Amino acid sequence: MTPTVISLILIAVVTLGTAAVALFLKNIIHCAILLVVAWAGIAAFYLWAGAEFVAFAQVLVYVGAVSMIVLFAVLLTRPRSDATPPAAGTVAVRRTAAHLWGKLTAALVATVLVAAVVTTPFAAPATDAEPVFAVKQIGLALMGEHVGALLIVGVLLTVALLGAVVIAAPENKE
Amino acid sequence: MTVDSYTALAKHFAAIVAETTTPTGAAAPAPFLETLPADVLNWVVNFLPDDAHWLRWFLTSIVAIVAILTVFGLTFAFLTVTERKLLGRFQNRYGPNRVRIFGVRVFGFFQPFADAVKALTKEDIVPTAADKVLHLAAPAATVAFSLLGFAVLPYGRHLTALAGMDAALLYFFAAGAASELAIFMAGWSSLNKYSLIAAMRALAQLISYELPLLLVAVPAVMVAGTLSLSGIVEAQGGWLGGVVPHWNIFTPWGFAGAIIFYIAALAECNRCPFDLPEGESEIIAGYLTEYSGFKYALFFMGEYFGMAALSGLGVALFLGGWQAPCEFLQFVPSYVWFYVKLVVVILSFMWMRATLLRLRMDQLMRLAWKCLVPLALVNLATVVFWERTAGWDGPALQAVRWLAALALVVVPFVLLGKTLSAGFGPRKYRYA
Repeated sequence: MTPTVISLILIAVVTLGTAAVALFLKNIIHCAILLVVAWAGIAAFYLWAGAEFVAFAQVLVYVGAVSMIVLFAVLLTRPRSDATPPAAGTVAVRRTAAHLWGKLTAALVATVLVAAVVTTPFAAPATDAEPVFAVKQIGLALMGEHVGALLIVGVLLTVALLGAVVIAAPENKE
Repeated sequence: MTVDSYTALAKHFAAIVAETTTPTGAAAPAPFLETLPADVLNWVVNFLPDDAHWLRWFLTSIVAIVAILTVFGLTFAFLTVTERKLLGRFQNRYGPNRVRIFGVRVFGFFQPFADAVKALTKEDIVPTAADKVLHLAAPAATVAFSLLGFAVLPYGRHLTALAGMDAALLYFFAAGAASELAIFMAGWSSLNKYSLIAAMRALAQLISYELPLLLVAVPAVMVAGTLSLSGIVEAQGGWLGGVVPHWNIFTPWGFAGAIIFYIAALAECNRCPFDLPEGESEIIAGYLTEYSGFKYALFFMGEYFGMAALSGLGVALFLGGWQAPCEFLQFVPSYVWFYVKLVVVILSFMWMRATLLRLRMDQLMRLAWKCLVPLALVNLATVVFWERTAGWDGPALQAVRWLAALALVVVPFVLLGKTLSAGFGPRKYRYA
């Protein structure tokens, strides 16, 4: 048991623990905040593995931005207390549908992840000096080899942003 | 993890310690004061045996943390009283001048100690319906997140807590992004409509102004070719004729960038004229409504730490960090220059607070999205032009370069200002 292994176990326990607790809490805001802690744990794992850039990008994107989206979504979709409750039959139908969709999505994600893990050829760990990934190398790789993917992602995000603006803009009263 | 990789990691930490403690790159023997902090650190760490890498790394971290907390804690304390005194003078009154310790009264500059005692002994009121855990966690998170940024600021030539970090700027912004979460926690857990509204307004403001803040930091990175703040500061070394420093602010893109950064930084740390989240007259101190006693003081502490950290980032990006303004002034230690610049920037923040009026919410949003973001994008184009023409020789080409870059900065600003302010200006005061 070296300090590196102990720190890895600590990170794993915090990440998985908070994620697991987030599944079972009643208070949905608490769930969201615990989820943020889990994301921070994943960032800590990246740091542990020596991937500084990815770790800080993870914090910037997930802890900074995605958490805000989750919290805003929770606040905007809270059930109103004065809303008329739907008929008993529709509730049951909706619940079944939600269960079905949820399990289907979970199964799909699990299949993809497991397939990806199983089919990836893991190289034997390098025994010589650990490779150092400087930010500059990552930038050069992104802007050179993978520039096409970067551009596509950029266009996709711009389209999403424009769509959000169109949806949020007030309609013309004519 | 094998024993081999463990020793490799330990060596890695030892390298970091060596990097932070031993001055490098100084051709002439560095003056005593310049290397004093590093020497003290070496002296402390050398009490440990040579092969205890983990312990040495741990002790180095602890010393850095204690030093940062002491310096910026005291800075925070005296900034509060300075702000009150300055605001007093701006408003033609004295400000706090009563507190004395053992009969010594230094113009009331012992006020923060009295304030601390008051904040600690005040009753801590928590609303019955509040979410207790989050209500307690919010002020702690505010202070913790605002402190994180200090780790990567280059305080001096040999004085950066995390000198080995490659992605320092990214780390700084990542640490800042988490502070929004703390504000949301404070607003939501109070179970108070004013708190929640204010937290939402604060989030909208912080998210909006983070964009220009990030965008104007990019040119400095492009010119220096590194994300490390020490590297960015070193790239600004040198003087024109020994007098005019090569700071980023003295280039067209740097000047425009510094102004945008200044405005966005004011908004990011909720300072007047952007202090809408805690607008006392509109939303009764916003997300701080349900806080009292020491928790309230903690929020203020976090705010001042955040302000100091952002000012430090601005100093490093645009004002040459620890570089001396003139060549013959280099005998003053570099960390003194950094601190002087930092204090000047913070004092100018206070001046702004005394001078400008609070904006309205829609004005705030318009300024961020319609003005600062496009100008920051234009600034990116300007810096690309500036870098592409770096090889131009001779006074004529240099003049063309400067004029073109200035035009690239000034023309969009004037056009944008004219378009945006069409139909808004000038205001007539009929009853005053």
